[in-house]
Amino acid sequence: MDYTKMLNTRLTGLKPSGIRRFFDIANEMDHVISLSIGEPDFTTPWHVRQEGIETLRKGHTWYSPNRGFEELRQQICKYYARRFNVEYDPDQEVLVSVGGSEAIDLCIRTLVQEGDEVLIPQPAFVCYEPMTVMAGGTPVIIETKAENGFRLTADELEAAITPRTKLLILPFPNNPTGAVMRREHLEAIAKVLEKHDILVLSDEIYGELTYGKERHVSFADIPHMKERTIVVSGFSKAYAMTGWRLGYALGPEPVISQMLKLHQYAIMSAPTTAQYAAIEALKHGDNDIEHMREEYDMRRRLIVDEFCRMGLTCFEPEGAFYVFPSIQISGMTSEDFCEKLIYAQRVAIVPGTAFGDCGEGFARVSYSYSLKHIQEALVRIERFLNDPHAAQA
Amino acid sequence: MNKLLELLSRSAEFTTAQLATMLGVSEDEVKQQIADYKAKGIIMGTTTLINWDKVPEAGVMALIELKVTPKAETGFDDIAKIVMSYDNVESVYLAASSRYDLIAMVKGSTIQEIAEFVSKRLSTLDNVIGTATSFVLTHYKSGGVSFTDNEEDDEQRSLIL
Repeated sequence: MDYTKMLNTRLTGLKPSGIRRFFDIANEMDHVISLSIGEPDFTTPWHVRQEGIETLRKGHTWYSPNRGFEELRQQICKYYARRFNVEYDPDQEVLVSVGGSEAIDLCIRTLVQEGDEVLIPQPAFVCYEPMTVMAGGTPVIIETKAENGFRLTADELEAAITPRTKLLILPFPNNPTGAVMRREHLEAIAKVLEKHDILVLSDEIYGELTYGKERHVSFADIPHMKERTIVVSGFSKAYAMTGWRLGYALGPEPVISQMLKLHQYAIMSAPTTAQYAAIEALKHGDNDIEHMREEYDMRRRLIVDEFCRMGLTCFEPEGAFYVFPSIQISGMTSEDFCEKLIYAQRVAIVPGTAFGDCGEGFARVSYSYSLKHIQEALVRIERFLNDPHAAQA
Repeated sequence: MNKLLELLSRSAEFTTAQLATMLGVSEDEVKQQIADYKAKGIIMGTTTLINWDKVPEAGVMALIELKVTPKAETGFDDIAKIVMSYDNVESVYLAASSRYDLIAMVKGSTIQEIAEFVSKRLSTLDNVIGTATSFVLTHYKSGGVSFTDNEEDDEQRSLIL
């Protein structure tokens, strides 16, 4: 059988993720120190795991309601009100999903149809573009700039809007750059959006991981923006619960109810055990978040400082757990730099181009690793910068 | 500044500049604080954490509990000072326990050597009315560091996307 004729060409036409290639190289080598993984190095707090275990012991192993357990939805709404000052109705404006990723997919498929344009600021996480293509939409890339701290500006947004624009993706705090949008930046974006009928998918999965005095501001908290915003978040990054696969969407009832229909047919319901554990996390996990955030913050300061000292300038990342240093002093392309680094010094980082063409000249470095691990990687990176051809000692 | 102490107890390999960066304070402040801690006897020294289990013929360790009659004036302090004066005694603690009062970690080259030390040196002290010796078979964790083989270094996270 000629499968190429059978497969969906929209899918086969998608590029594979650029992050993968470096993982594959790293996997085949020994003694590689990786700073490439995009998930917390912490394990889920014990009291949260224990709650999952306890419900399993009691035999609570059935499907949950499609929308997610009522108590979990209530707790999610309380949490968003408590931490980010936005109120939602647990019965109509929340949907519990299989990770934030499912919620992104649902949201894009619910809104986007043939011919619609979706604005995607890049560098950004890799899923928005393919999901848009699969939904029949046209991704329109907005390249954010290092000199603007990789924030989306009102001018850049205005210039990209056409009569066919349906949706803006707002991926902040940002993976891979660590950029955040402060209230005033969001207000400038809001001013542009008010003139148009454009919805916003605000991916706030890193919302708990911001550093410095100002906390993350939800786009739904900006006046008049709640009605046009679908907030996507989850438990993976805030509570170190990646493997539990649990996220959620918050938004206007007419959108959420259609997303729910799609979720019902495609997924049915999110994992039951994970939902019980998540209730415990929301009820008693604020201190866990704080503990992890402080730890990330120390690593962030160390790594930014050391990179700047080595000449890998990076604008100061204020969110998530990535730094996005410029590698231009090496005179190499991002791909080249990362490949030579891994072969010469066995340190794996991800080329900026994996997150969009405008990531050229940069690399993503994750600091969701222990200080000890980071220290060793920094020593090796410096050795590489001093002599790109020297083998690892 | 307890955060500083916490970082120092995790690793002695951070430079004062790195510590300052991580804590968001000046290097001078860190140096000053460390000097203060030393002056106040909060920082008592820096040693290397060694997993003796892996050193051939490194000897044995024992945890020795001592039941002691406290002295009228000095309580347990005098006895503790005598116990800690032996070079093979690594650490001495006063415990709040119904069974024993002092706990000493003792090093020796053989089990016999430790047994002899307990029976000849410790049991015979005037105020010691009983001892219980437990020999250490395996070090799982010490000084906050896991000694089990590379468990912490093993990357168990999968590479996705």
